[in-house]
Amino acid sequence: MTAQARAPLSAAAMRAQLDRAGVRFVAALPDITTSEHLLKPMLADPAIRVVQVCKEDEGISICAGLYAGGERSVLLMQHTGLLDSINCLRAVGIEGENPVCMIVGLLRNEPGVPPSHSPRYGLRIVQPILGAMGVENELLEFAGDEERIGPAIERSYERRRPVVLLVGGEPL
Amino acid sequence: MTMKRDQMLRALARHRTDEVVVAVYRAANELIHVDPSELNYTFNAAMGQASSAALGIALARPDRRVVVLDGDGSLLMNLGTLVTIADAEPANLLHCVCSNGTYETNGAVPVPGVGRASFRDLALAAGYRDARRIDSLEEWDQALPELLAAAGPVLVDLVVEPGEETWPDDFRTLHSTERRDRFIEALAGGRP
Repeated sequence: MTAQARAPLSAAAMRAQLDRAGVRFVAALPDITTSEHLLKPMLADPAIRVVQVCKEDEGISICAGLYAGGERSVLLMQHTGLLDSINCLRAVGIEGENPVCMIVGLLRNEPGVPPSHSPRYGLRIVQPILGAMGVENELLEFAGDEERIGPAIERSYERRRPVVLLVGGEPL
Repeated sequence: MTMKRDQMLRALARHRTDEVVVAVYRAANELIHVDPSELNYTFNAAMGQASSAALGIALARPDRRVVVLDGDGSLLMNLGTLVTIADAEPANLLHCVCSNGTYETNGAVPVPGVGRASFRDLALAAGYRDARRIDSLEEWDQALPELLAAAGPVLVDLVVEPGEETWPDDFRTLHSTERRDRFIEALAGGRP
């Protein structure tokens, strides 16, 4: 099946995965891939607490603090924010052994084309950098991929390691 | 005026009951000797991030008071945290800035903005509920009962200088994940 023929990600299914994983807090800085159908509904939903941050590395530390206080969370951001947060991911996520779960929108990614083959330099380098850092990451692009969110969050908390879920297409 | 940092910490220890204290650099290094407690959170290995970690703890545990001992250079590295914290409105967060005017751990080079930038004014402009500057031990000691009970977020800019008693930098201890795990257990143990 071609990429054009495959159904897009479902924002409702992504949110259901977060609920199932016991996530009650979301740190977020708007990402054009996920803003409309994932972040905005959560901002209006009193069942989940969204902490809007000014810069993405704040979100990594907020998630670590929430973990220390016994709560599960995810950080929602764009891949440019991930690149801006590498030192914090290194120190707080990996060396600090914190289960920081990140949902990262790949700006201008073309679903069906591996980010590593993107004509855009900023996209091509994301997975190699995460690989070099030893950070587990998964690419979510089409309907059905949402089901990998919950298990990835569970693994992150079990292993106390960061995980990055790369969102390669707009969830609807 | 200024106050000695170790004396500032000893005053905090006298008034402390079950508060979480999140601390960085020299304040953290001295805190673990002046006031050893399983509720000391010193695992801030990325500069500027202590107040963000403290916000996470404060949101997770609204039943507990969280005091963060930030640094002036550290806060300058993460100034947006003031707006983030004000927007999140953690009523249980007391944000203290140990202002010594230098990057003390990195060679005592002056921080930018000494004598110009006001953390008190920045915090108030960001939307903190209250903010003040304290430069004497006597005033700090007298204000602590009120500060530890006040609805936050509140910022206190503490004008400090190195204390009489110092200890070698011990980042291995400060950033130990084993100690962090004991912190998590201790905090969970106090859950109502």
